[in-house]
Amino acid sequence: SHAAIKIQPMRQFFSSGHTNNWAVLVCTSRFWFNYRHVANTLSVYRSVKRLGIPDSHIVLMLADDMACNHRNPKPATVFSHKNMELNVYGDDVEVDYRGYEVTVENFLRVLTGRLPPSTPRSKRLLSDDRSNILIYLTGHGGNGFLKFQDSEEISNVELADAFEQMWQKRRYNELLFIIDTCQGASMYERFYSPNLMALASSQVGEDSLSHQPDLAIGVHLMDRYTFYLLEFLEDIHPSSKANMNDLFKVCPKSQCVSTPGHRTDLFLRDPGSALITDFFGSVRKVEITMETINLTEPIHFVNEERQKETYSYVDQLPVSEIIHQKPKQKDWHPPDGFILGLWTLILLVFFKTYGMKHLKHIF
Amino acid sequence: SLCKSVIYGIITYRRRGQLAALSIAAVVIIVGVPLWWRTTETYRAWLPVSQINELSNLQLQLSAEVEVVFARGTVTPEQQKKVPLTQIQDEEHTVDEDTALRYRYETKYRTATIMEEDALNQPTAAEADLSLHTLSESPCGSLVVYVIPESSSLLPEDMDVYVGQRRTALLRIGAQMRVGKTLDQLLAHLEPRIKQVLQVMSFSHTDISAALSDRVRLSPGNKESIADSMRTFKSSPGYEITFSLLNPDPKSHRLHWDIEGAVQTYIQPLLTKLASVANFSIDSQTLYYAMLGVNPRFDSSLSAYTLHSDSLAHVINPVEARLGSNAASSNPVLNFLLYVPDAHHSPLYIHDRKKQEVPSNAFHSPRWGGIMVYNVNGFYGPEAVFPVDVNINMAKVMGVFLAQLRLLLGVQSSTAPSGFLVAPCGSNGLADWELDRLMWSRSVENVATATTTITSLAQLLEQIGNIVINDNIAEQVSSAVTSLQLAVAELETGNLRFALQYSKEAILASERAFFDPSLLHLLYFPDDQKFAIYIPLFLPMCVPILLSLLKIVSDARQKRREKQAKKD
Repeated sequence: SHAAIKIQPMRQFFSSGHTNNWAVLVCTSRFWFNYRHVANTLSVYRSVKRLGIPDSHIVLMLADDMACNHRNPKPATVFSHKNMELNVYGDDVEVDYRGYEVTVENFLRVLTGRLPPSTPRSKRLLSDDRSNILIYLTGHGGNGFLKFQDSEEISNVELADAFEQMWQKRRYNELLFIIDTCQGASMYERFYSPNLMALASSQVGEDSLSHQPDLAIGVHLMDRYTFYLLEFLEDIHPSSKANMNDLFKVCPKSQCVSTPGHRTDLFLRDPGSALITDFFGSVRKVEITMETINLTEPIHFVNEERQKETYSYVDQLPVSEIIHQKPKQKDWHPPDGFILGLWTLILLVFFKTYGMKHLKHIF
Repeated sequence: SLCKSVIYGIITYRRRGQLAALSIAAVVIIVGVPLWWRTTETYRAWLPVSQINELSNLQLQLSAEVEVVFARGTVTPEQQKKVPLTQIQDEEHTVDEDTALRYRYETKYRTATIMEEDALNQPTAAEADLSLHTLSESPCGSLVVYVIPESSSLLPEDMDVYVGQRRTALLRIGAQMRVGKTLDQLLAHLEPRIKQVLQVMSFSHTDISAALSDRVRLSPGNKESIADSMRTFKSSPGYEITFSLLNPDPKSHRLHWDIEGAVQTYIQPLLTKLASVANFSIDSQTLYYAMLGVNPRFDSSLSAYTLHSDSLAHVINPVEARLGSNAASSNPVLNFLLYVPDAHHSPLYIHDRKKQEVPSNAFHSPRWGGIMVYNVNGFYGPEAVFPVDVNINMAKVMGVFLAQLRLLLGVQSSTAPSGFLVAPCGSNGLADWELDRLMWSRSVENVATATTTITSLAQLLEQIGNIVINDNIAEQVSSAVTSLQLAVAELETGNLRFALQYSKEAILASERAFFDPSLLHLLYFPDDQKFAIYIPLFLPMCVPILLSLLKIVSDARQKRREKQAKKD
């Protein structure tokens, strides 16, 4: 007879509605003196991995390579505490977007999912409607924008639109947005999609300050907000019950000099009921398998002569698509000097018509 | 030179200046402005916006056909003459302001043929089911319910309904219908019971509303339905299934598992039957020195190691980092892990919350997969020479994995109502009516998701005027709209297979259109930026033209004044 399934008491299920966790960690600055931004991102990456999110669910974007930078006196390391106490680079860092790949376009493509078909799985954000996503941005910012790579910027309107597109396609269950830049609170002002919670290291008009320089390395190692955030996260372990209200208290004005801000009006649950591990860790829900199927058939003998097809790694990827990719269509711009030539022509016509002495007729 | 002097004579000096200014102004306005407009506009192919707006209001009708067959002893001979009749019932549900559901049940009543009567005379219900199946096969999406007399011995005493492996059910008529009732009373007695059978074997309102969750965020129903919806994977055109054997102690155990044969015998039949729902790709791997990451506790009363259910949640993460996945596809992955404990921690048992041993020794995680612990310490004695060769009993292992696979794919339904006896699923792991259930909910889910995708895409494209809409996107959108209309129409007529096929096409086309890489809106220009770009280009050019035009107008006015003065 068919055994009925006994559903285990569903205590774990109803505290939050998510079944998996993702993290998108972005460092947007390059150059050696922005060492602290890379260290910020790597320390959040470390904490998130320690609390259980696997590399396959983390999209790490670092705009510059500090560990192997020519100016790094200790190559293959990135330190977050002075006197080189803590190397956050480690042995198993998996950077998904590196160097010049970190652009506003790629960042928005990762969030909205509009990636070319040749993109491998590790570079995609494959979240579903039961995913909780943590997004951490750090770099140089201003009122309403965040600077990428020193040459372009993302505005708060574009970010809010990207989150709305994620919501429309149900790409997240709840989203925690943390930003550590100057005037960071301006970046979450324009959010309008549900289930978003945002934290920023400083208010509009304030600068986020860095924490401490290391005299041997010669640059500032971390930003204050992320430093105290890391200290807070070191006390969190996978079964911890700390909630978001504790996170809001991280780095008060006395320690941070700037005033950290947060926004919870779009979040449907009470922040006190949202655990830190709901976003920073990956605690799986588990059910005991109560029933099995009784299989009595003997195993078929698999024909050994069937040719074993072996695939090499490259065969799995659409190589022809990658190789024969058409170059991106650039927008047509008029040739350089065209506008200058146009002005010259117009001025020549006028001077010819009126003559220099008749300029007073025109003006 | 005569011509020249004539022309020069006709056109005075001042007049030439005025003509020059006017002609430049004319060129700027007639040629320049349209040229600028054309070169800065974005290409937007035509989209069937009106049809998309129609689709945003979703009115779904699901039709199910039921054949109710009266066996001998359930109807009197006079009633038998009236019996061949058909009834149609509609049930309306309004989910929210944009979504409405209608369930249409078409019930055909008839009496059993002689061959069916013979089939029903079998000793057990399972054999009766088998011989009924050999007589005729019901099409996809329909049901046949055989009404058997109260005295029938096919069902045990306390059970009233037997749900077979295909699309038949046996319904025992109630005691109150024993004597002297009219046909109408009989039908009235049967109607709610047949509806109950339909809820189990066909579609129920809870299942369908759960399938609409993409479109409508419903307030939670009962706890079971939420757990079901969180556990099953969302509808996807393909899935990847990975079987992993974890051997943390290769020095002690040399494990042999015939995974290819086991997959071929036990898993492949299920996946072949589900081929109309999704594609499946299977791979397997063996991982050595992969630990569980949780320390089991030694229980001296059982002289075995135990894993409490609270610590099971922390088992998965350390292992997942080592599992790997197919780099090229973005399909959801189902992981099934077989863990053989090391010799020092054998045997290892999983305990539930009540500290009871779990018979399957396995657990699963929603939308992820399952893990089974397989103890091999019973296969060798204490004097064995390590490493020991162990042949894993794949039938037992696959029995667990198959059950977990059914749960994760959404095939397994929640507990049947009381009085229902459900036959175990057949040799291919899936009963026909379970497949029908899955097809109903998948079709509805696909239609709901595709309509949401298309309507939000149309909304997005309308809102942001700067996005380029290429022809291929317009094509995908049109084909998605067509497939959606066809899918809804097929659901109405009850052709389940075609409805699922069209819904799959619709969802593929709509996803391809929504996630096309060319639809990236990076061009957010606030108004002050637009002015900042155009003013340095156009203002220096326009100032002389405007001023000359003004001069022309003031000169003309002056001339008219002079003329007036001359007249006077």
